[in-house]
Amino acid sequence: MANTQSMERSDSLGGFPSIKTILALITGVMMLVDLYFIFMVAPTDSVLGHVQRVFYFHVPIAIVSFLAFFVVFIASLGYLMKRTSKWDAIAHASAEIGVVFVTLALLTGIIWARPVWNTWWTWEPRLTTTMILWLIYVAYLMVRSYAPTRSKGAIYAAVVGIIGFIDVPIVYYSVVWWRSIHPSPVVGPFAQADALDGTMALVLLFSLITFLFFFAYMVAERMELRNTEEALGRIRFTLRRRGR
Amino acid sequence: MSGLFGPMMVIFWKDVLLELRSRDLVVSVVVFGLLVVVVFNFALNNTPGRSEELAPGILWAAFAFAAVLSMNRAFVRDQEQGGLEGLLISPVSRDAIFLGKALTSLIFMLLVEAALLPIYAVMLDFSALSWYLMLTIFLGTLGFAVVGTLFSAMAVQTRSREIMLPVLFFPVLLPVIIAAVEATTRAVGGETFIGLGRWLPLIGVFDALFLVVCPWIFSFVVEE
Amino acid sequence: MTNAASEAVLVRSLEKSFGEWPVLWNLDLSVPWGQTLVLFGANGAGKTTLLRILATHVRADHGSAAVAGHNLRTRPEEARRRIGVVGHRSLLYDDLTCRENLIYYGRLFGLKNHNPRVDEVLEMVKLGDRADHRVRTLSNGMQKRAAIARAILHQPDVLLLDEPEAGLDRESVSILGAILAEFTDSGRSVVMTTHDLDLGLSWGGQTGVLRGGKVNSLGASPENGNQMGDTDIRQAVADALEAGR
Repeated sequence: MANTQSMERSDSLGGFPSIKTILALITGVMMLVDLYFIFMVAPTDSVLGHVQRVFYFHVPIAIVSFLAFFVVFIASLGYLMKRTSKWDAIAHASAEIGVVFVTLALLTGIIWARPVWNTWWTWEPRLTTTMILWLIYVAYLMVRSYAPTRSKGAIYAAVVGIIGFIDVPIVYYSVVWWRSIHPSPVVGPFAQADALDGTMALVLLFSLITFLFFFAYMVAERMELRNTEEALGRIRFTLRRRGR
Repeated sequence: MSGLFGPMMVIFWKDVLLELRSRDLVVSVVVFGLLVVVVFNFALNNTPGRSEELAPGILWAAFAFAAVLSMNRAFVRDQEQGGLEGLLISPVSRDAIFLGKALTSLIFMLLVEAALLPIYAVMLDFSALSWYLMLTIFLGTLGFAVVGTLFSAMAVQTRSREIMLPVLFFPVLLPVIIAAVEATTRAVGGETFIGLGRWLPLIGVFDALFLVVCPWIFSFVVEE
Repeated sequence: MTNAASEAVLVRSLEKSFGEWPVLWNLDLSVPWGQTLVLFGANGAGKTTLLRILATHVRADHGSAAVAGHNLRTRPEEARRRIGVVGHRSLLYDDLTCRENLIYYGRLFGLKNHNPRVDEVLEMVKLGDRADHRVRTLSNGMQKRAAIARAILHQPDVLLLDEPEAGLDRESVSILGAILAEFTDSGRSVVMTTHDLDLGLSWGGQTGVLRGGKVNSLGASPENGNQMGDTDIRQAVADALEAGR
């Protein structure tokens, strides 16, 4: 049947590897190089010691989690306007991978906070905004799965993606202003983190790019899974039309 | 009857009439608001010395929880009796439907807050006689109503509606709560507009922004 | 009755699915002015979905539909002004009286001077004496009548009824019959779905069966050419219902 043939072919375009495979390869290589850079090349921090290296994971992961939500935002807009499954697939995949990233961002944030500030959590703007982002991601996924039908779930999720994204900057500034009135005793090391020397900045940048590729690869994987689900759904759909 | 204002008021007056008949929204939410303050009072170990510091926070926590409760119930009732479906087959625009429901939520919440405020002022020992406090309460409640109405319309159709609305509502409305508490602290302390700082403008920007976005998005939520 | 549209209802190649479930596809339908169309169909065949699309409550995936000359995709608000809908739910508020409900809907539909009209429709459905009773206190049949009053309040050109026989007592059935007859006599149109073979056929007009996602027209219509007898129609409908959706 023509359908199954095209399904087999979708993975390769006449001998060329698919985008997903390319991304997997790049990610794998970069990850190895990145780990080497983080542990072997980056200088040890004079004040914090080796623990500081969590920073090279935490910051890129956090940045990617916010970027992922931007993708969710754009895809949500696209879905509300065009209503094609492709937009919804991008939004859904980005949200599912994004929530993993934001969870890791929070966890690495906590791991970093403890030895540095001797506290597990601090209500400073970036960490708090990441926490709120986590909550919005969770609300996004919850509303999708609790909606009465799949298509409504896609619409409701798109609404959360849009409202949530608009809200995040407002959350950030409100906490920044709040913080300026209720300053935390925790200063020092955090401020120092913004003053990076050359090598540190380069490793950070490389790490960021690595995690961007990692995100793109995971989204590609997730979307391929969804494509398969949808192909199956289309077959069922056609069979139903033919009168079962 | 074209335009937004007319239909919006028709919907609002219908909800007022319904509330006068069944009397089940405003009174029960007021009682809930009192319970929240009592609980917080003991949970936060509020003593006369600390009241000044804690009162604004307790106030807005109570208002926020009361808001979620009242909006949830309003939409559940409409869904059960097919009110929304009736609106959707009438020639009223979706924007007007949204604004009508949001206005209803706003006015009902303001009534609840008006009933609670004097009681809070006594229980938490602060002076409520401040125009800036009134303005803060109005702007904050407006934010609750606008975003809350949109989320209620979605939450009421989901499987777990009691939990869905808070999960959607609180993260998004956090800036309003932060700003409202800060502004309330200053207003109660006798500050004037300049003294209130950027807080009221923050809420104002939030309200204006979502007053534009939410009606537009609402039409996607109610179509099938 | 000032409509320039040639057909009361005109549907071409309509398609609607819910996720992986196709409901309507390649559906064509046309109902001329002054006609009643009675649609039969098995449970789940899509009768309610079709009616909800015509009522603009649900949007179709593909195809075009126009009611009273207004395209439902591009001018739904104008279409809504000219459509009256009686569905499974009365869409009336239990805690308000009949009169209050009708005044509310009158205002929503932009009626000037709604009070006389409200009294008029209450008389038509013989609920005049219950006008100031809460809807909650009415029997099922009366609630249905109140819903009919709501539907005709703004003098629509097209009336859509979804299984109106459900919950109607005999008096209400004859009231409805009279209203429908008056409707078509004045050149307006009705589309109705029903389970009740006898009742549906007694209201006359075109008959059709919704099956396999589309409408198969039966019954006496000039388009069809053939004049099927009453028993033939019954047989055709019974066959279709038995064969399933």
